[in-house]
Amino acid sequence: MSIAWYLAVSAIVFALGAAGVMVRRNPLVVLLCLELMLNGANLALVAFSRMWGNGDGQVFALIVMTVAACEVCIGLGLVVAIYRRRLPIDVDELRELQG
Amino acid sequence: MSAALFFVAGFGAIAGAVGVVMLRDPFYAVLALVAHLLSLAVLFLLLRAEFVAAAQVVVYAGAVMVLYVFVVAYVGGREDRSSGIGQLGELLRGRGPGGAQLRLGAAILGGALLVELLIALLGTGLKAVGGAGAPYAPGPRAFGTPAYIGQLLLTRFLLVFEVASFLLLIAAVGAVVLAGRSRTIGGRGGIGEDGDGTGRVLTPLDLIRPHETGTMAEGVGARK
Repeated sequence: MSIAWYLAVSAIVFALGAAGVMVRRNPLVVLLCLELMLNGANLALVAFSRMWGNGDGQVFALIVMTVAACEVCIGLGLVVAIYRRRLPIDVDELRELQG
Repeated sequence: MSAALFFVAGFGAIAGAVGVVMLRDPFYAVLALVAHLLSLAVLFLLLRAEFVAAAQVVVYAGAVMVLYVFVVAYVGGREDRSSGIGQLGELLRGRGPGGAQLRLGAAILGGALLVELLIALLGTGLKAVGGAGAPYAPGPRAFGTPAYIGQLLLTRFLLVFEVASFLLLIAAVGAVVLAGRSRTIGGRGGIGEDGDGTGRVLTPLDLIRPHETGTMAEGVGARK
Protein backbone atom coordinates (compact mmCIF):
# COMPACT_ATOMS: atom_id res chain seq x y z
CA MET A 1 0.00 0.00 0.00
CA SER A 2 1.29 3.43 -0.80
CA ILE A 3 1.81 5.95 1.99
CA ALA A 4 -0.94 8.16 0.59
CA TRP A 5 -3.62 5.69 1.74
CA TYR A 6 -2.44 5.90 5.34
CA LEU A 7 -2.38 9.69 5.12
CA ALA A 8 -5.97 9.67 3.83
CA VAL A 9 -7.08 7.53 6.80
CA SER A 10 -5.27 9.86 9.20
CA ALA A 11 -6.95 12.92 7.65
CA ILE A 12 -10.40 11.31 7.95
CA VAL A 13 -9.82 10.36 11.59
CA PHE A 14 -8.54 13.85 12.41
CA ALA A 15 -11.53 15.56 10.77
CA LEU A 16 -13.95 13.22 12.54
CA GLY A 17 -12.30 14.04 15.87
CA ALA A 18 -12.50 17.78 15.18
CA ALA A 19 -16.20 17.51 14.29
CA GLY A 20 -16.77 15.50 17.47
CA VAL A 21 -15.09 18.16 19.62
CA MET A 22 -17.47 20.72 18.13
CA VAL A 23 -20.63 18.61 18.36
CA ARG A 24 -20.48 16.71 21.63
CA ARG A 25 -21.37 18.32 24.91
CA ASN A 26 -20.28 15.74 27.47
CA PRO A 27 -16.70 16.64 28.49
CA LEU A 28 -15.79 12.95 28.68
CA VAL A 29 -16.72 12.48 25.04
CA VAL A 30 -14.97 15.71 24.10
CA LEU A 31 -11.80 14.24 25.60
CA LEU A 32 -12.35 11.04 23.60
CA CYS A 33 -12.65 13.10 20.42
CA LEU A 34 -9.41 14.90 21.31
CA GLU A 35 -7.81 11.46 21.52
CA LEU A 36 -9.10 10.77 18.03
CA MET A 37 -7.40 13.91 16.73
CA LEU A 38 -4.11 12.98 18.41
CA ASN A 39 -4.35 9.48 16.95
CA GLY A 40 -4.90 10.84 13.46
CA ALA A 41 -1.76 12.95 13.87
CA ASN A 42 0.10 9.89 15.21
CA LEU A 43 -0.82 7.83 12.17
CA ALA A 44 0.45 10.56 9.86
CA LEU A 45 3.71 10.78 11.85
CA VAL A 46 4.33 7.04 11.67
CA ALA A 47 3.43 7.00 7.96
CA PHE A 48 5.94 9.75 7.21
CA SER A 49 8.50 7.96 9.36
CA ARG A 50 8.03 4.86 7.17
CA MET A 51 8.20 6.99 4.05
CA TRP A 52 11.69 8.29 4.85
CA GLY A 53 12.92 5.20 6.69
CA ASN A 54 13.75 7.44 9.64
CA GLY A 55 12.84 6.68 13.25
CA ASP A 56 12.27 10.27 14.36
CA GLY A 57 8.59 10.16 13.48
CA GLN A 58 8.05 7.10 15.65
CA VAL A 59 9.73 8.75 18.63
CA PHE A 60 7.53 11.78 18.02
CA ALA A 61 4.47 9.51 18.00
CA LEU A 62 5.53 8.02 21.35
CA ILE A 63 5.90 11.52 22.83
CA VAL A 64 2.44 12.43 21.49
CA MET A 65 1.09 9.37 23.29
CA THR A 66 2.73 10.57 26.51
CA VAL A 67 1.20 14.01 26.16
CA ALA A 68 -2.18 12.42 25.43
CA ALA A 69 -1.91 10.36 28.61
CA CYS A 70 -1.14 13.53 30.61
CA GLU A 71 -4.06 15.33 29.02
CA VAL A 72 -6.42 12.47 29.85
CA CYS A 73 -5.13 12.44 33.42
CA ILE A 74 -5.81 16.15 33.96
CA GLY A 75 -9.06 16.11 31.99
CA LEU A 76 -10.52 13.21 33.92
CA GLY A 77 -9.40 14.84 37.18
CA LEU A 78 -11.35 17.95 36.16
CA VAL A 79 -14.42 15.86 35.28
CA VAL A 80 -14.29 14.15 38.68
CA ALA A 81 -13.90 17.53 40.43
CA ILE A 82 -16.88 18.91 38.46
CA TYR A 83 -18.95 15.88 39.40
CA ARG A 84 -18.04 16.18 43.08
CA ARG A 85 -19.20 19.78 43.13
CA ARG A 86 -22.60 18.69 41.79
CA LEU A 87 -22.19 20.82 38.69
CA PRO A 88 -23.78 19.72 35.42
CA ILE A 89 -21.45 17.64 33.28
CA ASP A 90 -22.16 19.58 30.12
CA VAL A 91 -19.71 21.91 28.44
CA ASP A 92 -22.50 24.26 27.36
CA GLU A 93 -23.56 24.90 30.91
CA LEU A 94 -20.04 25.18 32.33
CA ARG A 95 -19.41 28.60 30.90
CA GLU A 96 -17.82 30.34 33.82
CA LEU A 97 -14.34 29.64 35.01
CA GLN A 98 -14.91 31.16 38.43
CA GLY A 99 -15.23 28.73 41.34
CA MET B 1 -2.35 -9.73 1.98
CA SER B 2 -1.09 -6.44 3.32
CA ALA B 3 -3.59 -4.55 1.16
CA ALA B 4 -6.49 -6.60 2.51
CA LEU B 5 -5.25 -6.10 6.07
CA PHE B 6 -4.92 -2.38 5.41
CA PHE B 7 -8.50 -2.07 4.22
CA VAL B 8 -9.88 -4.09 7.15
CA ALA B 9 -7.86 -2.09 9.71
CA GLY B 10 -8.51 1.25 8.02
CA PHE B 11 -12.23 0.56 7.89
CA GLY B 12 -12.13 -0.45 11.56
CA ALA B 13 -10.28 2.74 12.52
CA ILE B 14 -12.74 4.97 10.68
CA ALA B 15 -15.77 3.04 11.97
CA GLY B 16 -14.46 3.33 15.52
CA ALA B 17 -13.97 7.07 15.08
CA VAL B 18 -17.51 7.45 13.73
CA GLY B 19 -18.75 5.45 16.71
CA VAL B 20 -16.98 7.76 19.17
CA VAL B 21 -18.59 10.82 17.60
CA MET B 22 -22.07 9.34 17.05
CA LEU B 23 -22.83 7.04 20.00
CA ARG B 24 -24.89 8.74 22.68
CA ASP B 25 -23.81 6.69 25.67
CA PRO B 26 -20.26 7.68 26.77
CA PHE B 27 -19.58 4.08 27.79
CA TYR B 28 -20.16 2.81 24.26
CA ALA B 29 -18.09 5.72 22.94
CA VAL B 30 -15.15 4.53 25.08
CA LEU B 31 -15.58 0.97 23.73
CA ALA B 32 -15.66 2.34 20.17
CA LEU B 33 -12.42 4.19 20.89
CA VAL B 34 -10.84 0.93 22.08
CA ALA B 35 -11.81 -0.70 18.76
CA HIS B 36 -10.39 2.31 16.93
CA LEU B 37 -7.09 2.08 18.85
CA LEU B 38 -6.71 -1.64 18.13
CA SER B 39 -7.30 -1.07 14.40
CA LEU B 40 -4.78 1.75 14.50
CA ALA B 41 -2.23 -0.60 16.10
CA VAL B 42 -2.67 -2.94 13.12
CA LEU B 43 -2.00 0.01 10.80
CA PHE B 44 1.15 0.82 12.79
CA LEU B 45 2.31 -2.77 12.37
CA LEU B 46 1.75 -2.50 8.62
CA LEU B 47 3.93 0.61 8.71
CA ARG B 48 6.72 -1.39 10.42
CA ALA B 49 6.33 0.44 13.71
CA GLU B 50 6.34 -2.57 16.00
CA PHE B 51 7.21 -0.80 19.21
CA VAL B 52 4.70 2.00 18.70
CA ALA B 53 2.00 -0.59 17.96
CA ALA B 54 2.81 -2.51 21.13
CA ALA B 55 2.81 0.69 23.20
CA GLN B 56 -0.48 1.67 21.62
CA VAL B 57 -2.15 -1.59 22.66
CA VAL B 58 -0.61 -1.86 26.13
CA VAL B 59 -0.58 1.76 27.26
CA TYR B 60 -3.37 3.35 25.29
CA ALA B 61 -5.96 0.65 24.72
CA GLY B 62 -5.07 -0.93 28.03
CA ALA B 63 -4.24 1.58 30.74
CA VAL B 64 -5.70 4.87 29.52
CA MET B 65 -8.98 3.31 28.44
CA VAL B 66 -9.35 1.57 31.81
CA LEU B 67 -9.04 5.02 33.38
CA TYR B 68 -11.80 6.26 31.09
CA VAL B 69 -14.05 3.31 31.91
CA PHE B 70 -13.56 3.92 35.62
CA VAL B 71 -14.43 7.61 35.35
CA VAL B 72 -17.48 6.90 33.14
CA ALA B 73 -18.66 4.34 35.69
CA TYR B 74 -18.01 6.78 38.56
CA VAL B 75 -19.67 9.80 37.01
CA GLY B 76 -22.58 7.65 35.92
CA GLY B 77 -22.14 7.96 32.19
CA ARG B 78 -25.13 10.20 31.74
CA GLU B 79 -26.14 10.49 28.13
CA ASP B 80 -25.90 13.72 26.22
CA ARG B 81 -29.19 15.48 26.22
CA SER B 82 -30.27 16.54 22.78
CA SER B 83 -32.79 19.03 24.18
CA GLY B 84 -31.83 21.06 27.22
CA ILE B 85 -33.68 20.20 30.41
CA GLY B 86 -32.04 22.68 32.75
CA GLN B 87 -33.16 26.28 32.73
CA LEU B 88 -29.71 27.46 31.81
CA GLY B 89 -29.77 25.21 28.76
CA GLU B 90 -33.08 26.62 27.63
CA LEU B 91 -31.82 30.14 28.15
CA LEU B 92 -28.81 29.32 26.05
CA ARG B 93 -30.94 27.72 23.40
CA GLY B 94 -33.21 30.74 23.23
CA ARG B 95 -30.24 32.94 22.41
CA GLY B 96 -27.94 30.81 20.35
CA PRO B 97 -28.50 28.39 17.50
CA GLY B 98 -30.22 25.09 18.28
CA GLY B 99 -28.67 21.65 18.52
CA ALA B 100 -29.47 20.62 14.94
CA GLN B 101 -27.98 23.79 13.53
CA LEU B 102 -24.86 23.37 15.64
CA ARG B 103 -24.52 19.80 14.40
CA LEU B 104 -24.89 20.94 10.80
CA GLY B 105 -22.32 23.68 11.31
CA ALA B 106 -19.87 21.26 12.90
CA ALA B 107 -20.36 18.79 10.04
CA ILE B 108 -19.68 21.54 7.49
CA LEU B 109 -16.57 22.70 9.36
CA GLY B 110 -15.31 19.14 9.79
CA GLY B 111 -15.88 18.43 6.09
CA ALA B 112 -14.02 21.61 5.13
CA LEU B 113 -11.14 20.57 7.37
CA LEU B 114 -11.08 17.12 5.77
CA VAL B 115 -10.99 18.56 2.24
CA GLU B 116 -8.22 20.94 3.24
CA LEU B 117 -6.16 18.16 4.82
CA LEU B 118 -6.64 15.87 1.83
CA ILE B 119 -5.55 18.64 -0.54
CA ALA B 120 -2.50 19.32 1.59
CA LEU B 121 -1.55 15.64 2.09
CA LEU B 122 -2.41 14.07 -1.25
CA GLY B 123 -1.91 17.06 -3.51
CA THR B 124 1.63 17.46 -2.25
CA GLY B 125 4.54 17.58 -4.63
CA LEU B 126 6.40 14.91 -2.67
CA LYS B 127 6.81 11.93 -4.99
CA ALA B 128 7.55 9.52 -2.13
CA VAL B 129 3.95 9.80 -0.91
CA GLY B 130 2.89 7.59 -3.81
CA GLY B 131 5.50 4.91 -2.98
CA ALA B 132 5.44 2.11 -0.45
CA GLY B 133 8.14 3.71 1.71
CA ALA B 134 11.85 3.33 2.24
CA PRO B 135 13.51 -0.07 1.70
CA TYR B 136 13.17 -2.34 4.72
CA ALA B 137 15.35 -5.27 5.74
CA PRO B 138 14.15 -7.44 8.63
CA GLY B 139 16.57 -8.07 11.47
CA PRO B 140 16.93 -7.87 15.25
CA ARG B 141 17.73 -4.14 15.13
CA ALA B 142 15.67 -3.26 12.09
CA PHE B 143 13.61 -0.10 11.67
CA GLY B 144 10.86 0.20 14.27
CA THR B 145 11.92 -2.62 16.60
CA PRO B 146 12.19 -1.94 20.35
CA ALA B 147 15.99 -2.01 20.09
CA TYR B 148 15.95 0.65 17.38
CA ILE B 149 13.52 2.93 19.23
CA GLY B 150 15.31 2.39 22.53
CA GLN B 151 18.61 3.40 21.04
CA LEU B 152 17.08 6.55 19.57
CA LEU B 153 15.38 7.44 22.87
CA LEU B 154 18.55 7.02 24.91
CA THR B 155 20.92 8.77 22.54
CA ARG B 156 19.48 11.34 20.21
CA PHE B 157 16.24 12.02 22.09
CA LEU B 158 17.48 11.68 25.65
CA LEU B 159 16.38 15.18 26.68
CA VAL B 160 12.92 14.63 25.15
CA PHE B 161 12.64 11.34 27.00
CA GLU B 162 13.49 12.92 30.35
CA VAL B 163 11.17 15.88 29.80
CA ALA B 164 8.36 13.44 28.96
CA SER B 165 8.88 11.58 32.23
CA PHE B 166 8.80 14.87 34.12
CA LEU B 167 5.60 15.83 32.30
CA LEU B 168 4.00 12.57 33.40
CA LEU B 169 4.99 13.29 37.00
CA ILE B 170 3.45 16.78 36.84
CA ALA B 171 0.26 15.37 35.34
CA ALA B 172 -0.02 12.71 38.04
CA VAL B 173 0.40 15.27 40.83
CA GLY B 174 -2.04 17.61 39.10
CA ALA B 175 -4.68 14.91 38.81
CA VAL B 176 -4.35 14.07 42.51
CA VAL B 177 -4.70 17.75 43.43
CA LEU B 178 -7.71 18.25 41.15
CA ALA B 179 -9.59 15.09 42.03
CA GLY B 180 -8.32 14.97 45.60
CA ARG B 181 -10.04 13.77 48.74
CA SER B 182 -13.73 14.45 49.10
CA ARG B 183 -13.16 16.23 52.43
CA THR B 184 -12.40 19.52 50.73
CA ILE B 185 -14.86 19.28 47.89
CA GLY B 186 -18.20 20.84 48.68
CA GLY B 187 -16.85 22.20 51.96
CA ARG B 188 -14.97 25.40 52.46
CA GLY B 189 -11.67 24.22 51.12
CA GLY B 190 -10.77 23.92 47.53
CA ILE B 191 -7.94 24.15 45.11
CA GLY B 192 -5.37 26.60 46.39
CA GLU B 193 -7.23 27.20 49.61
CA ASP B 194 -6.49 26.10 53.08
CA GLY B 195 -7.93 22.61 53.25
CA ASP B 196 -9.48 22.56 56.70
CA GLY B 197 -10.23 26.28 56.93
CA THR B 198 -8.49 26.79 60.25
CA GLY B 199 -6.33 29.60 58.96
CA ARG B 200 -3.21 27.49 59.03
CA VAL B 201 -0.11 29.42 58.05
CA LEU B 202 1.60 28.23 54.92
CA THR B 203 5.06 26.89 55.57
CA PRO B 204 7.88 26.41 53.06
CA LEU B 205 7.13 22.69 53.28
CA ASP B 206 3.77 23.31 51.59
CA LEU B 207 5.56 24.35 48.45
CA ILE B 208 7.17 20.95 48.18
CA ARG B 209 4.21 19.03 49.55
CA PRO B 210 1.03 21.05 48.98
CA HIS B 211 -1.95 20.30 51.14
CA GLU B 212 -4.17 17.42 50.05
CA THR B 213 -1.68 15.82 47.74
CA GLY B 214 -2.19 12.50 49.42
CA THR B 215 1.05 12.20 51.31
CA MET B 216 1.51 9.28 53.66
CA ALA B 217 1.26 11.58 56.67
CA GLU B 218 -2.17 12.71 55.53
CA GLY B 219 -3.19 9.17 54.81
CA VAL B 220 -2.77 8.15 58.43
CA GLY B 221 -4.25 11.42 59.66
CA ALA B 222 -1.04 12.75 61.20
CA ARG B 223 -0.91 15.90 59.11
CA LYS B 224 -4.25 17.64 59.24
